[in-house]
Amino acid sequence: MQVADQAVSLPVRRASAWERLLASDHLAGWGFTSPAMILIAVFGVAPIAWSVVLSFQRNNLLSGGTWIGFRNYERLMHDPVFAHSVRITVLYTVLFVPISIVLSLAVAVALNRKLWFIRLYRTAIFLPVVASTVAEAILFNWLLDPYFGIVNVALVKLGLPAQSFFQDPSQALFCIVAMTVWGWLGFCVIIYLAALQGIPRELIEAAEIDGATHWRSFQRVQLPLLGPTTLFLVIYLSINALQLFDEIYVTTRGGPLGATTVVVYYLYEQAFQFFEAGYATAIAYVLFLGILALTVVQLLLGRRFVHYRS
Amino acid sequence: MTEPLDKPFTDPAGPGGFPGLDSLEAEIAAAGRRRPSAWHLFLAPTAAIMAFPFVWMLVTSVSTLAETRRFPPQLPHAIQWHNFVDAWTMAPFDRWLLNTTVVAIASVAGNLVFCSLAGYALARLRFIGGNVAFLVILATLMVPFQVVMIPTLLIVRSMGLIDSLGALIVPNLVTPFGIFLLRQFFKTLPVEIEEAARIDGASRVGTLVKVVLPQMKAPLATVAIMTLLWAWNDFLWPLIVIQSPDQMTLPLGLSTFQGAHFTNWPVLMAGTLMSQLPMLVVFVVAQRWFVQSLSVSSGIKG
Repeated sequence: MQVADQAVSLPVRRASAWERLLASDHLAGWGFTSPAMILIAVFGVAPIAWSVVLSFQRNNLLSGGTWIGFRNYERLMHDPVFAHSVRITVLYTVLFVPISIVLSLAVAVALNRKLWFIRLYRTAIFLPVVASTVAEAILFNWLLDPYFGIVNVALVKLGLPAQSFFQDPSQALFCIVAMTVWGWLGFCVIIYLAALQGIPRELIEAAEIDGATHWRSFQRVQLPLLGPTTLFLVIYLSINALQLFDEIYVTTRGGPLGATTVVVYYLYEQAFQFFEAGYATAIAYVLFLGILALTVVQLLLGRRFVHYRS
Repeated sequence: MTEPLDKPFTDPAGPGGFPGLDSLEAEIAAAGRRRPSAWHLFLAPTAAIMAFPFVWMLVTSVSTLAETRRFPPQLPHAIQWHNFVDAWTMAPFDRWLLNTTVVAIASVAGNLVFCSLAGYALARLRFIGGNVAFLVILATLMVPFQVVMIPTLLIVRSMGLIDSLGALIVPNLVTPFGIFLLRQFFKTLPVEIEEAARIDGASRVGTLVKVVLPQMKAPLATVAIMTLLWAWNDFLWPLIVIQSPDQMTLPLGLSTFQGAHFTNWPVLMAGTLMSQLPMLVVFVVAQRWFVQSLSVSSGIKG
């Protein structure tokens, strides 16, 4: 027995536990992931856990908070300003997302061909992608300035009445929509163009040989094939629309008369002007739930209407 | 989105390549010669409207205020270069530019290194807790910034980083989306090359750096460009962690500059133009990379 055992174990010495650990992926795996995971734990996981606690506290960011249970959420349900901000945000999203989708699809289809000046067109349309939201907002503050802005100067010269734009409660939100559509159009066009490039030319040619008009082949061939891209853009744009903040801060600060107080702007006010950090975090959680619910609904609708090529 | 998450992102341009517009020129060229087209009637006004705000920013920045009130717009009689000098002396634009550059470079470098390491391990190595780590990353990916904003502020404050560039850099050294994106691309690469390198005695790090990453140029560029755009344009986070003018980045500085010189439009436009110029130049020079990088970010999800 002993002899036989030795005969087996001597030539192939069994690796020690340490050597086996080194040879396996466990150490390397954690060695590779731990820098990222430590950062994500500190700046991702810990804040998420902390924010849950915070939303059940009254907290002014300076002293430790006091536990008040669900009172932040109760207050939220009876807060008319919050309800108003939700309505404003939904209205903005309902306008911004469809306009961006339709417009960018049209532009992408138009750009997807060989034309004179095509490079110029593409550069002009893509350029706002790199403009910062702050620069974009300052630019539109100037264009839409009620007194000296070029848009009003043009309106007056054409014999039309001057408008107040960002300073008119009934116009401000629409100006925000127009401005952000301008800012996002290039991104959406880039995404659609890439998807259009992925459609095999033979499919479109086959449809046209079968007698389909350009419009018909677009409707029946290209549009369905763009379904997954449209779904992605609808979800992505909706998530961003519900989180609108920068442009509001730089143009209207939620005004005039609360006409553009979107949810995140209200949240910002609560946290950093009234120092209601607990209440602000509760707002953030409701926003999160809203985003999550909308995304799930969009995905489910997408599953029904969008067809994926295998 | 209906596909299981683990299914690797399949890429028509081959492993690690761009799915996007690479073939655009060739394909369009194949479609026939340029000829007059009704599409110009749609594209020319659209392009003009899209470009007009930039053109008007440029014109205003070299005009006097009186000259900007004429319609139809005219070029200024004399180019008012001093608007730029005025903006530069009224606010520390050089400092803001330097700060933004430092934050952008640090964030891009951090993301390239940490997301590559983590993405590779999560794609290739089987280790205890690997799946849990991946799930945690996916979970943090979904939570909007506003939820974690205030606790992150408190954490950064307890680290003594508040009102310093550290507050802008450290939390942005790694992004869950970068890890996720790179992991999906690592999964598309053939594993045989790596196995061969390992058998030849290369270490894991050596394999990653010398064999794997060279095949990942396109997705790495995507991570770099998306981080760059983020770092250059982010506003809300700097707004809540930075107070001192000399620690501000360009977007935050610009918004305070607007608050201080609200009616001085030529100077304000000169400042805005200066703050956007670096990125606009980079974009015009590297348009192809920008365009392809942004389209990759949709391919990974769609």
